[in-house]
Amino acid sequence: MTAPLPDPERLLEALAQTMKPAVGPDTGLVGIYTGGAWVAERLHRALGLATPLGLLAVTLHRDDFSRIGLHPEARRSQLPFSVEGRDIVLVDDVLHTGRTVRAALNELWDFGRPRRVRLAVLADRGGRELPFAADFAGATVDVEPGEELVLTNEGGRLRLAAVKRPQ
Amino acid sequence: MNAGLQIDAQGRLVHLLSTEGLPAEMIRHILDTAAQFVSVNEREVKKVPLLRGKSIFNVFFENSTRTRTTFEIAAKRLSADVINLAIGSSSTAKGETLLDTVWNLQAMDADMFVVRHAEAGAPHLIARHVKPGVHVVNAGDGRHAHPTQGLLDMYTIRHYKKDFSGLAVAIVGDVMHSRVARSQIHALKALGVPEVRVVGPKTLLPREVERLGVRVCHDVAEGLRDCDVVITLRLQNERMSGPLLPSAGEFNKTYGLTPEKLALAKPDAIVMHPGPINRGVEIDSGVADGAHSVIMPQVTFGIAVRMAVMAILAGHA
Repeated sequence: MTAPLPDPERLLEALAQTMKPAVGPDTGLVGIYTGGAWVAERLHRALGLATPLGLLAVTLHRDDFSRIGLHPEARRSQLPFSVEGRDIVLVDDVLHTGRTVRAALNELWDFGRPRRVRLAVLADRGGRELPFAADFAGATVDVEPGEELVLTNEGGRLRLAAVKRPQ
Repeated sequence: MNAGLQIDAQGRLVHLLSTEGLPAEMIRHILDTAAQFVSVNEREVKKVPLLRGKSIFNVFFENSTRTRTTFEIAAKRLSADVINLAIGSSSTAKGETLLDTVWNLQAMDADMFVVRHAEAGAPHLIARHVKPGVHVVNAGDGRHAHPTQGLLDMYTIRHYKKDFSGLAVAIVGDVMHSRVARSQIHALKALGVPEVRVVGPKTLLPREVERLGVRVCHDVAEGLRDCDVVITLRLQNERMSGPLLPSAGEFNKTYGLTPEKLALAKPDAIVMHPGPINRGVEIDSGVADGAHSVIMPQVTFGIAVRMAVMAILAGHA
């Protein structure tokens, strides 16, 4: 039996605290759809960053396209600032295999060449399949190997849940 | 003729041969997917890796510069390898049959064929004979169909008019010889456009065209009045004089889209044309270059729509 899952509201506070000294007015915060966008919106407000929030859709760079095909994605990448030479913090909800981060980096590079990219996640659940680590993590969470850690948003109230992965 | 061939038992698109029989939900799926690619085409790097390692053969048995180019750009922006073949000038001239040509290309590990042919049904014949996992896109066959053109026209209409449910669409000119018009009519009807009018002289409208659910107007004023979308069709050079028409000038006077005739349509009507345009024949320069014209956006959207079709086809190889 694993420990109860942490409250995302708490994790957001902790994450904002750790990030505060490491970001500046020119830092571009970029949330990865869907969960990462929720987290990034909250962090952006908490950190009071001057640069507008960026959002990234990664479906066109996913590596499972040949297996699952393409699903129309209403959400588009929106980067309301120049990526070229900028200090970027990518934000996602849960860091797991690292494949989403890989896709996000490819997507980001289609807009320009940032000076530096760091990664902030609400929860790191381990299980990496690629050489990535978070620069900022709200918490490390233990989840059974067959489970997915998912972030839900009910009217602005964020919650973490562990769900059995569909076989 | 198309249903079983282009959609499989799981409802997935395996070939795109015609808009006829294409379910509305599949058309919407293609348009929604295209919307993603419109945004890709506006970026610094206009390329995504979805079709990396796939080989797409543009097999054109009939000349076309623009359609072939837009298919080529679309495939390249998806990172596919594109091979262009103008067959008119090669193998068939040496006596090779259509299927022998295709089988040879298949042996070179083709993943997709984009086919244009002067004979209606040629892409269907190819689709019936390729290996499973190889896809065929009809890029225009005889007078039959030009589905990607029909779909990009739907994309354009949706972009400007948002919703198909209250629209009146007039298709003006040589409907008889137009594969574009047929593809548009099937798609418009599938998407629930309540009023589709075909406007032209008796000699240039197919007999019994009403059976497709369109309203036939020989009078251009009746055809254009209060419509939301005016689609002008190209009058093929070879038809400008001959038994069907007195002259191009005569056609222009009666059916050519002039600012005066366009004034009969709704004030916010859009004007479309599949290209290439004959200025002063089916459309006046003042209209083609005017405020209502969306002819250039059609070309731009066409790339995204072709990307969507190819990505959907290749997504379940």
